[in-house]
Amino acid sequence: MIRIPDAVEIAPGTHWIGALDPGLREFDIILKTANGTTYNSYCVHGTNGVAVIDTVKESHADEFFARLEQVARYDEISTIVLNHLEPDHSGALPELMRRAPQAKLYISAKAQLMLKALIKSTDLQFNIVKTGDTIELGGRTLRFFSTPFLHWPDTQCTLIEEQNILFSGDVFGCHFCDPRLFNDQVGDFRFSFEYYYAHIMRPFREHVLEALDLLEPLPLALIAPAHGPILREAPLSYMQRYRQLASPLLHNEIGAHNKSLLVFYISSYGNTARMAQAVAEGAEAISGVRVSLYDLQAGGDLPFIDLIEEADGLAFGSPTINGDAVKPVWDLLSSLAAIKVSDKLGAAFGSYGWSGEAINMIEERLRGLKLRVPIKGVRAKLIPTDEELGRCRDLGKQLAQHLTGNIENRVISMSELLASSHA
Amino acid sequence: MPKSNVTFEKLGITVSVPAGTRLIEISEKVGASITYGCREGECGTCMMKITSGMENMSQRSVLEDKVLQENMAGRNDRLACQAQVLGGEVSVKA
Repeated sequence: MIRIPDAVEIAPGTHWIGALDPGLREFDIILKTANGTTYNSYCVHGTNGVAVIDTVKESHADEFFARLEQVARYDEISTIVLNHLEPDHSGALPELMRRAPQAKLYISAKAQLMLKALIKSTDLQFNIVKTGDTIELGGRTLRFFSTPFLHWPDTQCTLIEEQNILFSGDVFGCHFCDPRLFNDQVGDFRFSFEYYYAHIMRPFREHVLEALDLLEPLPLALIAPAHGPILREAPLSYMQRYRQLASPLLHNEIGAHNKSLLVFYISSYGNTARMAQAVAEGAEAISGVRVSLYDLQAGGDLPFIDLIEEADGLAFGSPTINGDAVKPVWDLLSSLAAIKVSDKLGAAFGSYGWSGEAINMIEERLRGLKLRVPIKGVRAKLIPTDEELGRCRDLGKQLAQHLTGNIENRVISMSELLASSHA
Repeated sequence: MPKSNVTFEKLGITVSVPAGTRLIEISEKVGASITYGCREGECGTCMMKITSGMENMSQRSVLEDKVLQENMAGRNDRLACQAQVLGGEVSVKA
């Protein structure tokens, strides 16, 4: 690999002063980083002041300060902007504030609590900025854009108006370490770009679309993210790719106004499968709901995650084996952190031999994932009776009515609620 | 004991509860999709909207008010882990 010991000018008076971490193989436990990552930090020179945009992970602070010292004196730093406070970007902040005590710190409103939690100082001074706020550095104007939940509540983007350079924080970034820095010079990082979106941004796709509405109108010359290559060749194409990734793949043939209910099941002897069929039949009786039935035994996690991301309601059918729901159900339910599932409608059902704990356990998991679980699930001992299949159809019908908003308001007392564990 | 009716609009369920009950006690049992973090009024995760009946809710404590302000809450927003229902009818968007 080519070493780059020096700060790199990315535009007149604007430098990359970040750090390379080529040896990193796993980021934040959840991400594989096959060739490491970079912590990108930038220095902007105006005639009246110097701004540092983001810092680096604490372990790489020496590299960052060495590059910063090449392009600026500490006593001329007037401004520090943190677009995101995760420790890989704020790690060198306390030392930077110690070396440049006159510099004013600018963060988003939602970053306050995190800042206080990260820097245990009682006399911490900072300024809150929001969309439209600007800072003049003399010939260089920093303009802020609030872009929350990309991928923390605190995230924001900062634009140099005169140069149309966007410091985007984590959004449009990726874990890819290449000292050639620029997207038209580094190795093929397309996989890393998409992998980063899929694992970091995907659960927040609604916020991605809101941010794109804010950022797409900008005539950007360059996107400078906080990780990975600096996007100077066709920067807008990366925004377009984000819009594609954050938008539903296909339109819903039966109409956007229709709701989608997925019924997943797994069955040893066909009993839970029959119950799943009955849940689906009950739901199909209500117009305006598109019902899909899937056997978990036949599929891995990934296609189901894509389906679930688009669905409005989810019902899970599992037998109870040794007091537990079966592994394919848990495998799927433990794979949903990559997408947003909160506020979807959830339900559980299943056949059991002895005790039937699976249903409650699945319901608890669904509530833990912040789904609405308003209808108590259906359990059947071994072969479901006609009455039990009827209750399954009723479960499906009620789910469909919830999805279409055609539910009659029920009134219950707190003691009834406590007795039933949930309504 | 005075009662209050709390309606979870998205669920279509009204729960009749004793006055003084915190929303968190009801919402978790009823299966509402309110998200909780610290449960102690510090993180702001459980911020939710009261659609009607704010006059029947407890006053914001100093702590709740501070966290709501930091999270740029609107005037109908409350922390479900802190806010108590004191009587009458209350509707929440959950």
